[in-house]
Amino acid sequence: MALRKVKGNLERMFDKNLTDLVRGIRNNKETESKYISQCMEEIKTELRQDNLAVKANAVAKLTYLQMLGYDISWAGFNIIEVMSSPKFTYKRIGYLSASQCFHQDTEVLMLTTNMIRKDLNSHNMYDSGTALTGLACFISGDLARDLANDVMTLLTSTKPYLRKKAVLLLYKVFLKFPEALRPAFPRLKEKLEDPDPGVQSAAVNVICELARKNPKNYLSLAPVFFKLMTSSTNNWMLIKIIKLFGALTPLEPRLGKKLIEPLTNLIHSTSAMSLLYECINTVIAVLISISSGMPNHNASIQLCVQKLRILIEDSDQNLKYLGLLAMSKILKTHPKSVQAHKDLVLQCLDDKDESIRLRALDLLYGMVTKKTVMEIVRRLMTHMDRAEGTMYRDELLQKIILICSQNNFQYITNFEWYVSVLVELCRMEGTQHGGLIASQLMDVAIRVVAVREFTVGQMALLLDNAHVIVGPAAARSSIAEVLYAAAWICGEFSQLLANPKATLESMVRGKVVSLPGHIQAIYVHNMLKLYAHIIATAEEEDDSEMIEEVTNLLLERLPVFVSSGDLEVQERASCIVHIVTYVQKCHKHGDKVGADLALLMTGELNPVAPKAQKKVPLPDGLDLDAWINDPPSESEEEEDDALEKEIFVKADSSYKHRKEKYEPSEEELQKLRDARRAEQASNPYYVKSSALSSPRPNHNSIQVDEIPVTAIDLNVSLKIPGMTSLDKYQVVDGWQDGGKKRHKKQKKRSKRKGQVSSSSEEEINRMHVVNTDIGEMPEGAHLSDDYEIDDRPEDDPHRALDINLDEPLSPNEVLPTRTHYEAHAQRKIESNNEAKLIPSEIPLKMKTRNKKERKEKKEKTKKVKKEEKKVKKKPSRDANLILDLIDPLKETVISDKVPVAANHINGIADAKNKEKTSDDLDFWLSKELSQTPESCMDGTTKTASPSTPSSSKDDSKSKKTKTKKEKKAKKEKDRDKPEKKLKKNEKEIDTLSRNRDEYEETNGTVTQEVEEKLAVPEPQPYSRLLAEDSHIRIVYSTAAMDGVMSEILVCIKFISQSSKPISKLQLILPDSSALKMIRTDPQSELVNLPWSLDPGESKETQLSFTAEDVTIPHKLRGSLSYIQDGSSSSSDISLRLEFPVTTFLSGKTASRATFTDLLSSGQLSARSSFTLPNCPWSFPEVLEELTLGGSLAVVECVDQTASLYGRSLHGHHVCLLVKYQASHHLTIDGKSTEGILLSNALDHLKTTLMQKQ
Amino acid sequence: MMQFMLLFSRQGKLRLQKWYEAHPDKVKKKITRELISTILARKPKMSSFLEWKDLKIVYKRYASLYFCCAIEQQDNELLTLEVIHRYVELLDKYFGSVCELDIIFNFEKAYFMLDELMVGGEVCETSKKNVLKAIAAQDLLQEDEIVEMALRDIGLI
Repeated sequence: MALRKVKGNLERMFDKNLTDLVRGIRNNKETESKYISQCMEEIKTELRQDNLAVKANAVAKLTYLQMLGYDISWAGFNIIEVMSSPKFTYKRIGYLSASQCFHQDTEVLMLTTNMIRKDLNSHNMYDSGTALTGLACFISGDLARDLANDVMTLLTSTKPYLRKKAVLLLYKVFLKFPEALRPAFPRLKEKLEDPDPGVQSAAVNVICELARKNPKNYLSLAPVFFKLMTSSTNNWMLIKIIKLFGALTPLEPRLGKKLIEPLTNLIHSTSAMSLLYECINTVIAVLISISSGMPNHNASIQLCVQKLRILIEDSDQNLKYLGLLAMSKILKTHPKSVQAHKDLVLQCLDDKDESIRLRALDLLYGMVTKKTVMEIVRRLMTHMDRAEGTMYRDELLQKIILICSQNNFQYITNFEWYVSVLVELCRMEGTQHGGLIASQLMDVAIRVVAVREFTVGQMALLLDNAHVIVGPAAARSSIAEVLYAAAWICGEFSQLLANPKATLESMVRGKVVSLPGHIQAIYVHNMLKLYAHIIATAEEEDDSEMIEEVTNLLLERLPVFVSSGDLEVQERASCIVHIVTYVQKCHKHGDKVGADLALLMTGELNPVAPKAQKKVPLPDGLDLDAWINDPPSESEEEEDDALEKEIFVKADSSYKHRKEKYEPSEEELQKLRDARRAEQASNPYYVKSSALSSPRPNHNSIQVDEIPVTAIDLNVSLKIPGMTSLDKYQVVDGWQDGGKKRHKKQKKRSKRKGQVSSSSEEEINRMHVVNTDIGEMPEGAHLSDDYEIDDRPEDDPHRALDINLDEPLSPNEVLPTRTHYEAHAQRKIESNNEAKLIPSEIPLKMKTRNKKERKEKKEKTKKVKKEEKKVKKKPSRDANLILDLIDPLKETVISDKVPVAANHINGIADAKNKEKTSDDLDFWLSKELSQTPESCMDGTTKTASPSTPSSSKDDSKSKKTKTKKEKKAKKEKDRDKPEKKLKKNEKEIDTLSRNRDEYEETNGTVTQEVEEKLAVPEPQPYSRLLAEDSHIRIVYSTAAMDGVMSEILVCIKFISQSSKPISKLQLILPDSSALKMIRTDPQSELVNLPWSLDPGESKETQLSFTAEDVTIPHKLRGSLSYIQDGSSSSSDISLRLEFPVTTFLSGKTASRATFTDLLSSGQLSARSSFTLPNCPWSFPEVLEELTLGGSLAVVECVDQTASLYGRSLHGHHVCLLVKYQASHHLTIDGKSTEGILLSNALDHLKTTLMQKQ
Repeated sequence: MMQFMLLFSRQGKLRLQKWYEAHPDKVKKKITRELISTILARKPKMSSFLEWKDLKIVYKRYASLYFCCAIEQQDNELLTLEVIHRYVELLDKYFGSVCELDIIFNFEKAYFMLDELMVGGEVCETSKKNVLKAIAAQDLLQEDEIVEMALRDIGLI
C-alpha cells in the first residue's frame, strides 16, 4: 500500500504542472499546436488516474488551454469530479474550470445539482463562496429552480461575504427561473437595509438591474432608494441608485420633481466623474419626463449643459465622448439649449477620433434649423471630400440625408438646393447608400411639385451621363440605384422633359444591360412611358418622322432586353415590344393611338401612408393563412421579392406596393382631383398654380450670374455640363467662412438685397411646398390606433421578469423544494399546465379547514422537519460524494421545508408591507394630494392603509428583528385581529369572508379568506353578493345611468332562503360624504321595502345614488333588518355596498370613430397598464368580465386583442387595449383623460381578474 | 450588467476571459477575435469606448495588456473604467507591481481575484482591503491543505 503511494508520488513528480505547460508553450512558439496536442494526450492519461491531485492538475492545465481556444468540453465529467473534491484547493480549480467552460446547455450540469447544494451549505465559508461565484457563470434553468431555495437560505447567513454573493447570484436565478422572483423578492428587499455595506450595495445592484428592465414593478421602492440616496456616500452604490431612478422617472413624473434637488446638489458637489455623468443622465431623464411646470427647470438644464460643455472641452477623449453622448439626449427635448453650443460640436467634427466625430454628427442632426441647414450640410460635404475610409464617408452621407429629410423636409426652404445636394452625393465613390439617395430623389420629385421640373431636368442629365456615375468603382457600391430613381422620375413626369427623345435615346443606349435587373426593369418600363408621351405629342404635331424614328429606335434596342436573363426585364420588354409593334401597325393604317397609349399611364400619383397596407381591413370570411391551392414551389416567389427593392418606402419592409400598378377608374380620379383642388384652394399655404412661376428661368439667371464667380474645381472629373452644382448655392446664400472672401460676400449680399427687393419671385421659389400628408389610407383605418409594443426580442429573459411585485403573495407562491423524484416529475407536468409550481408537501389544496387545524399541522410538520434535520446531520460529510452525484435520482427527501415555510409566512407578512408601500409611494410623492383613495375609505378599513410616513419608517426599522420573530408575531396577529374586530362589529365577520375588499384581505386573516373564497361559488359576474345569512341572500348590481349626470342605479335583489315568509324588510343606508342616495324622504336613512318574501321567492328594489367624485372607488355601509314570520324579534344583517370606479363607467356611447378620434386627439394623457403573466382565463372570459364587471364596451376585437371603451358619469374617457398572448399572458394597457380614475379602474380590474385565479 | 471581460496582450494573445453571459464556444471565439482586432486597430489617442452591436465596449490599456469589458447600453462607462482600474490595482497589490507574466503563469489567481471583485457581472466588493483579505484567507486555506496532503502522502499522518 505504502509502496504504491510512493510510486504514485514519484510519477506525479514527473508530470507537467501548469507552470511547465505555460513555459512549454512559450518555448515552442513555432510548433505550438503540435506541442499542445501532445500535452492533451498527457492530460487525457492523467485524467484516467485515480489520484485526485493528478486530476486537478490536469483540469487546471485544461483550463489554461481552453483560454487559448482549445475545446475541453469532453472533460466535463472530470471537471465535476474535481469540483466534488472535499479539498478546497481542488474544488477551487474545478469550479474555475467549470465557470470557464460550462454553460447552461452543458449536459453534465444536471449531475451537479446535489454537489453544488452540498457546497452551498458547506460549513466552510469559502466552499460556499466558490460555489456561488461558479454558479453565477453556468447556472441553468434547472439548477436555478432546484437551488433557488438554498441561495435564499444563504441570504440569511451570518457572514456578509456569503450574503452579498448570494444576493448577486439571485439575479441570475431570476433570469433563469422567473417564478422565483415573487417569493424571493421580500427577502431581497430586506437586504437593502443590511448592516453590511457590501450586501446593501449588492442588493441595490440586483434591484437596479431588475428595475431597469421592468421599471413599473419597482416604483413602490422609490422611497427606500430615495432614503439610501440621500444618506449614502458610497459612490458605487449611488451610481446604481441614480441609474435606477433614471429608469423610474419616466413612469412617475412626481418622482422626478422630488429628485431634481438632491441630484443637482450632487452635480455641484461631486468630484467623481462617473457619478457626475450618471447624475446628469438621470436629470436629463427627469427633465424629459416632466414636460413643464418646473420653476427651476431651465436652471437644471443649463447646469447640465454647462457641465457637459466642461466634459466636452476636456482633453480626455473619454469625457469628450460621453459629453457628446449625453448632449444628444438633451437635444431631443431642449434643442435650444444645445444649439447654443454649435461651435463646440462643429469643432468636434474635426477630432482625430472617429467615434467622437460620429457622436458630433448625431448631435448635428438635431441642431439643424431652417437657417443653419445649408451651412451644416456644406460643412459636412467638405468633410466628406476629405474623409478617409468609406465607412465614415457613408456615415456622413447618411447623416446629410437624414438631416435634410427629417420631419418631411422641415428645414429645407430651397428644394433646388436639396436636389443639387443629392445629385452631388451621387458622385461619391463607393457609397453603399445609393438606395437612400434614390428614394430621396423620388420623394422630392413626387412631393415637391414646384421643383419637379428642375428635378426631372437633372435626372435626364443623370441618365445621359450614366456611364460616369456607374464607373469602374461602382461594382462594390450601390450607386446604380440612383439610375433607378432617375429613370422612373423621367418616365413618370415625361411631360416635363425638355427633350424626351434625347432622354429616351440615353436610356436605350450603352451599358444598361450591365445594370442590376430591377433597375433594367424600371428602365424598360419607363421607356414605354416616354414612348407614349413622345407619340402623343408627335401625333398632335403630325410629326410622323419622329414617330417612326422613335418606334424604330425601340424596336431595334428592345430585343436586347427581351433576351435578358432577368425574368422581370424579359417580361416587361417583350410586353413593350408587342405594344410598340402594335402602335407601328396602327400608324401604318394611319390610326392615331397616342391618346390611347397615354391612357395606360395616366393617373395622379398620390402618396400612400406607410401603414396603409397594414391597415387594409380584412374582408369578412377571408382567411389569409389558408392555402388557396396547394403550396407552390417557392423559388419563383423569392426571385420576385428580390427584385422589388424597397425604394418607395425605406422603413417598412412589409410594404411593397407598386404605385404605378394602381389604376383607379376615371370617375374616381376625377373625384379625387376635384377634392384636391378644393382643398388646395382653401389652403392658404399652398402655392396656387397660377402664382407658381416656373423655377426654371430663375434658376438660369442664377447660373449665368454666379457661375463665373466660383472657381470650378477642375480636379473633379465628374463635372457634367448643365448638371447642377452646389457651389452656386454656397455663394448665393452667403455661407462662406473665412475672411478672405469677405468682400465678395458683402458684394453678394448687397447684390442679393437688390434682387430681393426687386423680385418677390425668389421668395416664392424658396417656399416650395412639400406634400406632407400622411398619405392615403384605406377607408375606416386610422394611423393613430397603434399602441406601443414590447420591442424586446422574444427570447429576452427579462420579458419573463415583468412581474408585479406589489401584489400580495398568494400562499402557493413559494420556492420549489426538493421532493421525491416521482413527485418532482409530476410537478414538472403540472408546471407545464399551470405555469406555476406547487410543491406537493404543502397541502394547500384543502379548501375548508379551520385555523386551528392548520396551526396544529404546521407545528407537526415543523417537528418532523427538525427531526429530519437531526437525522440528516448524522452522516459524515465525507460520504461517498461521487455516488451521490452520479445518482441524484435516488435522492430522498432532505429537510428543506423549514426555510420554505418561513418564507411562506414571511411572504404574506411582507405582502402587507407591500400594500402599504405602494400606497406609501403616493403619499410620499404628493403630500398635498389629500384626496387619495384611502382617505375616503371608511375608518375601519384603515388598519391596512398607512396613516403617516413615520409608521412605515418604524416598520422598516423593526424589520430586522421581524424575520426571527415573524412566526410568533404572525400567530399573535391571527389571534388578535379577529378579536378586535369581533368587538367592533360582530356580524361583519360573516360577510367579510365573502367580501371582495382587498384591504381586508391583507389583514391577518388573509389565508383563511382566500381559501374560503375558493369554496364559495362565485355569483353571477354582473351581480355581486351583498350579504347572506341562513334566511336571506342579497345580491346587487350597479349601472351608471346614461344621460342623468352622476347617477348610479343600484339594483338589489333579495332571495329568500328561509322556509318561512320574511316581512318588514328595512334597509338603513346612511349617506357617506361622497356618495348620496336619492330618497323620497331626505330626512330618513330608512328605506322601507313594501313587500314580503315568501319562501324561495326573490324580489328586487332599485336605488339611485349620486357621487361627487367618480375617479375613486366608494363604499357605503348599512344594514338590513327583517322579521321572519313566527319569530318575534327582528334580525339584522350588515351590508356594504361597493362602488369600484368601474361602476361609474358606461360603454354605451362607444363607437369606433369616437374611439379612434379620442386616441389620436392626444386628450388621453394618462396611461397605465398591468400584466398578468399567468391568466387562468380564456380571452372571451376576460372580455366578459371586463364588459359585465367593468361596464366597458368592446369597440374592436381582433383575434386575441380587443379595444374597450368606457365613459364616466363626469365625462372622463377610458380606453383599454387588452392583449392576450398564447401563453396565458394578459396585458391591459389603459389610456384616459383622468389618471386617478384610470389607475383605480385598472387596480380594480386587476384584482377581480386575479381573484378568480 | 457586465457581459464579459477580456484581457489580451498587444500581440492579440488572450490572457484572461470571463463571460457573465453564456455563449457557445464558437461565438465566444468570434467575439474575442473581432474585438481584439478592432481594439488593437484603434489609435492610442482615441476614446476608450466603442459601440459594438448592441453593447458598449470599454477598454483600457495598462502596459502591454488591454483590459476590455462589454457592458449594456444603459450602463455607465466611467464606472466600468473604475472597475477595470480597481481590478488592476488589486492585481498590482497581490502580485506586487504586476506584469503580464504574472498573469500568464498565475492565471488562476487572476481569475480568483476577479471572482472576488465581481459576481455574475456585477460588482461584488468595492473595498480593496476586503478582497485581498478574502484572497489571502483562501490562499492560506489552500496552503494548509497542501501541507496536510503532503504529510499524509509521506505517511507522517
